[in-house]
Amino acid sequence: MPKVAVPANGPTDLSDLLPKRLAHARPLFDPDIIGRAIRGSLLKLNPVALLKNPVIFVVEVGAVVTSLFLVRDLATGAAGIGFTLQISLWLWFTVLFANFAEAMAEARGKAQADALRKTKTDSVAQRVLSGGKVEQVSASQLRAGDIILCDAGELISGDGEVVEGIASVDESVITGESAPVIRESGGDRSAVTGGTRVLSDRLKIKITSNPGETFLDRMIALVEGAERQKTPNEIALNILIAGLTLIFLLAVVTLQPFAQFSVTAAGSGAVPSVAVLVSLLVCLIPTTIGGLLSAIGIAGMDRVMQHNVLAMSGKAVEASGDVNTLLLDKTGTITIGNRQAVEFIPVNGVTPAELADAAQLSSLADETPEGRSVVVLAKEKYGLRGREVASHEAHFIPFSAYTRMSGVDIDGRHLRKGASDSISQFVREQGGTVPPDLIEAAERISRQGGTPLAVADGRKAMGVINLKDVVKGGMHERLAQLRAMGIRTVMITGDNPLTAAAIAAEAGVDDFLAQASPADKLNYIKKEQAEGRLVAMTGDGTNDAPALAQADVGLAMNTGTMAAKEAGNMVDLDSNPTKLIEVVAIGKQLLITRGALTTFSIANDIAKYFAIIPAMFMATYPALANLNIMGLHNAQSAVLSAVIFNALIIIALVPLALRGVKYRPVSAGALLRRNLLIYGIGGIIVPFPGIWVIDQIVHVLGLA
Amino acid sequence: MTPNGILQIGIYFLLILAVTKPVGTYMARVFSGERTFLHPLLRPLERLCYVLSGIKEDVEQRWTQYAGSLIAFSFFSFLLAYLFQRLQGILPLNPMAFGTAAAPASATAMTPDLAFNTAVSFVTNTNWQSYVGETTMSYLVQMAALTVQNFVSAAAGIAIAIALIRGLARQQANAIGNFWVDLTRAVVYLLLPLSLVGALFLCSQGVIQNMGSYTKVTTLEGKTQVIAQGPVASQEAIKMVGTNGGGFFNANSSHPFENPTPLTNLVQMLMIFVIPAGLTYTLGKMVGDTRQGWAIFAAMSIMFLIGVFVVYGAEQSGNPNLAKLGIESNASATQSGGNMEGKEVRFGIAATSLFATITTAASCGAVNGMHDSFTPLGGLVPLFNMEVGEVIFGGTGAGLYGMLLFAILAVFIAGLMVGRTPEYLGKKIEGKEVKMAMIALIATSAVILLFTGSSAVIHFAKGSYWNGAYGPATGNLNNSGPHGFAEILYAYSSGAANNGSAFAGLSANTPWYNLTIGLAMLIGRFLIIIPMLAVAGSLAAKKRVPVTSGTFPTHGPLFVGLLVGTVVIVGALTFFPALSLSPIVEHFLMAQGRLF
Repeated sequence: MPKVAVPANGPTDLSDLLPKRLAHARPLFDPDIIGRAIRGSLLKLNPVALLKNPVIFVVEVGAVVTSLFLVRDLATGAAGIGFTLQISLWLWFTVLFANFAEAMAEARGKAQADALRKTKTDSVAQRVLSGGKVEQVSASQLRAGDIILCDAGELISGDGEVVEGIASVDESVITGESAPVIRESGGDRSAVTGGTRVLSDRLKIKITSNPGETFLDRMIALVEGAERQKTPNEIALNILIAGLTLIFLLAVVTLQPFAQFSVTAAGSGAVPSVAVLVSLLVCLIPTTIGGLLSAIGIAGMDRVMQHNVLAMSGKAVEASGDVNTLLLDKTGTITIGNRQAVEFIPVNGVTPAELADAAQLSSLADETPEGRSVVVLAKEKYGLRGREVASHEAHFIPFSAYTRMSGVDIDGRHLRKGASDSISQFVREQGGTVPPDLIEAAERISRQGGTPLAVADGRKAMGVINLKDVVKGGMHERLAQLRAMGIRTVMITGDNPLTAAAIAAEAGVDDFLAQASPADKLNYIKKEQAEGRLVAMTGDGTNDAPALAQADVGLAMNTGTMAAKEAGNMVDLDSNPTKLIEVVAIGKQLLITRGALTTFSIANDIAKYFAIIPAMFMATYPALANLNIMGLHNAQSAVLSAVIFNALIIIALVPLALRGVKYRPVSAGALLRRNLLIYGIGGIIVPFPGIWVIDQIVHVLGLA
Repeated sequence: MTPNGILQIGIYFLLILAVTKPVGTYMARVFSGERTFLHPLLRPLERLCYVLSGIKEDVEQRWTQYAGSLIAFSFFSFLLAYLFQRLQGILPLNPMAFGTAAAPASATAMTPDLAFNTAVSFVTNTNWQSYVGETTMSYLVQMAALTVQNFVSAAAGIAIAIALIRGLARQQANAIGNFWVDLTRAVVYLLLPLSLVGALFLCSQGVIQNMGSYTKVTTLEGKTQVIAQGPVASQEAIKMVGTNGGGFFNANSSHPFENPTPLTNLVQMLMIFVIPAGLTYTLGKMVGDTRQGWAIFAAMSIMFLIGVFVVYGAEQSGNPNLAKLGIESNASATQSGGNMEGKEVRFGIAATSLFATITTAASCGAVNGMHDSFTPLGGLVPLFNMEVGEVIFGGTGAGLYGMLLFAILAVFIAGLMVGRTPEYLGKKIEGKEVKMAMIALIATSAVILLFTGSSAVIHFAKGSYWNGAYGPATGNLNNSGPHGFAEILYAYSSGAANNGSAFAGLSANTPWYNLTIGLAMLIGRFLIIIPMLAVAGSLAAKKRVPVTSGTFPTHGPLFVGLLVGTVVIVGALTFFPALSLSPIVEHFLMAQGRLF
């Protein structure tokens, strides 16, 4: 299945770091969707529905008018019926093509909604009554506040909060992720979604939404476009193109008296026919962007969806393109999430290999990610393979909060690893001395933002393991790209300022917020907003909710609490906080696509003038043939070619509108220069050869 | 084109470049209420104005109040100007007894429609003249009605521009200044000193300034000629500085009493651009980034210089049909060559082409030659300049706010291509701004197109009230074919753009033209000002978005190019059909040997 995603921009693009599973992706031209789109574009011919799109409405009125003149000409047997017929047909096609673009985008949404709706079967719920008795009710009878029980294998009947129990839940319906997730009462993993299935154990759930208002309902409504409201930028753009339409309408309407004056003055030629005037009008008004505008918006939402992010409104997607400041959680977003051993620093004359060996042995039973990373580092750096210790007489000492160390007693050796002060104490208890370079090495690691883990063999201190928060691969480049885009990144962490500063420097974030409490986050966001910046953040916990609500773009994790999901304006179904960066890129891409097609649409007009104006007046003022720089064959063929070009360009640009203009994370100046060149200058140039080619074809086919 | 001509244009441009910063800095200080070197002298006068009219200097207005003040002021100005004209017969300073039975036989009657047209014309800073000054207006009307409006209508324009700049410069504010204070300061600190110095200079060069009755002289051929007199220099200076353009005499700045020497010609051209060019710097200064002002200046300069050289090139190469007849068309040491029809010998082709471009780029409308006699392409540029809304330096204040309208559209259309909600000078450009910009754009296009269209076809019976003996509205034309069409198009373009220059060739003093051109002037003035003040109010209330590398830079060549492209494409696309039926086709026909 072809992948439909934000175009990858090489290996540093973040989409490459994301899971490749695109649950909702569909091919651009799925036959089923095309079928729906064609039906939809015919239904949209209804003028009442078209009124909300003034540009295309004007085209439809033009098509009706030329068709009426065609009927009149047929009745009276006037000359030039073939021309009027073709113009009428192409005007109708123009309307249909514009409708098709929107219908196509809607059909893609509908297809997703249908898939979601299939999962929404009415299940039976076990409602717990106040007395503790359980009754069987239909899911549709559940109201917010009800308590239900859900056993293994049952569908959860509505959105809610786990109040008792722990269970694994299959949420693939909404996330597309087949691996089950754990849901438990209390904490940040308590939210469950209606339509998902409990796989093991039993949950007691407090329902939080009424039927028709559940997460799944909202999701269906959103992808279907039922709740689609025009975004602020879309409204502004609509005003612009409606205004331009009005101006061109004036220009064309007044051309009739101008022509009358000219014809009288020149004593030759004729006033252009209504079909020709309507053709000029339709060519000049911004039909390209008018036809594609809503499709671009729907497709933008769709693209967010393909990244498994659910945006609560188009406005949120648009706002993400405007974001100035990104608050990124350190753990899981900037760093891998677990500290990893990166270095062995021997002391006391121990060789590195000896230290690695001791460290590995002491960690063999340590199943924590840190412990495993010690084993892996020893293997990678010194070729020490994990050994079979069962044959030896090995006694593992697990980590305890009291001793703050773990280790193994093997073959008479007492290997320990742990916090440097604990190990120092251990060494002293065993009768050894702690060498000063051990303390020194431990302090140096701390200063660099790492965690020192000392290793001792009985009374002999052997060295220190450097455990570090590892910044995700490609993150540095990605943050640099964000900076080029003019976005400040702020790392949020619970670490102390020293550690935070070291990681911030390594990752290349612009600022960090150490030992951050939820209130700190909220204040930081308010401060940024007061300075005119838009802020985006991710969060999952209930205590993140105020900050999520305050942020202009709040991306809640699906694993998070219902409070967090309600507060944010987007939910990431994959619960991957790095996705925030992708969302920003999609928002920008949406705006760029609109701007590019608007510019292209307006720039196209120049060539159309050169096609139609000389054609209109060649009989009156043959000297105007000088303006026929494309050398079009004759007046009718020139007008027809311009109209055909105008209609076909809409269809030709549908894929661009749905996929979005390629976005590169570079500075605004560079981006604008590039896009102006392609869509501005390109928009001026492209129609010249385009109309010329169509004119050749029209001529060869003898159409005009 | 001759080296001498190119040099003249070059020197002119360098002089404008040189005055832009000092004048702009001065204006920024004046309108920010800071002290200037003229304060010791003029501050008492300013205070006197406030005391007399009860204005509280420190109280600022919201945009609606600001617009309300402007409209009220303009309305009373209109009434005053109208009454002065209608009552001139019973008012003093009327040596030629206009408006009475004793008026000379050649005098034009001051009809209500003419008085309406003229009052609107001067209140809107247009100075379209349906009348012939020396045969219609008493000295009192010229001085008290028309010259006063020359001052205050120009000052009002500057005030609007300053209010818009404040909208861009302020954040989270609801006030945009005080109209009365801005108006007073513009007159007291800017227009009065400049006009005073200008008028004295013009007098020194031979521009007349008297109250005498007209002089009767016997010419060498023994015939009598009446030579009109009047307080010319005082009106001449503000006519230029305030980009008004309404001449004391019908011949305007081609008349030797208004513009006697090449030096006065140069100074008059400088006076037209000095405030509009300076305001670009004021913009940069007041928003705290002078590069922004220079970017606007650069965009204006590019369009200006292209325009000048098109006109100059077309005029200097002249009419090929004359060359075919063996008439010398090449410039030489002893003659100018090219197209000298309608031009003054003391100015020559370069200075006349330059003047024509300046006067239509700015909304001045003074002329030192007859645009009707230009070659088709030479006439195309003035038409184009007006139809894009006179944003190439433009009128005092009007040019800047007109250009900012296009800047808003440019950043909105193309600014989206950086992937953010478009911003200009840190202010987000959203629905409201776009709506207001579109209203302004639609209003001017609509009046030009609709009235031109009506006049091209409307029929009146001969002797009707509306168009007198001319019959149909096209009966007022001197020329036929595309050139005649250009005359109508020019009249409404000039009115709607508040320019006031005439292509000539159209006898416009009939009720039909007086009323329609009057309406065009009103719509062209107020349906831009009110939306732009709304924009100022809306922008002032917004936060300023900090500049980052994600911000579309509006100070570099890219923006300058984009702005020029927007003006040309958005501003002119509307008029391309009309222009192709007038100067463009006329140009091609001239090449084929057909003249009109």
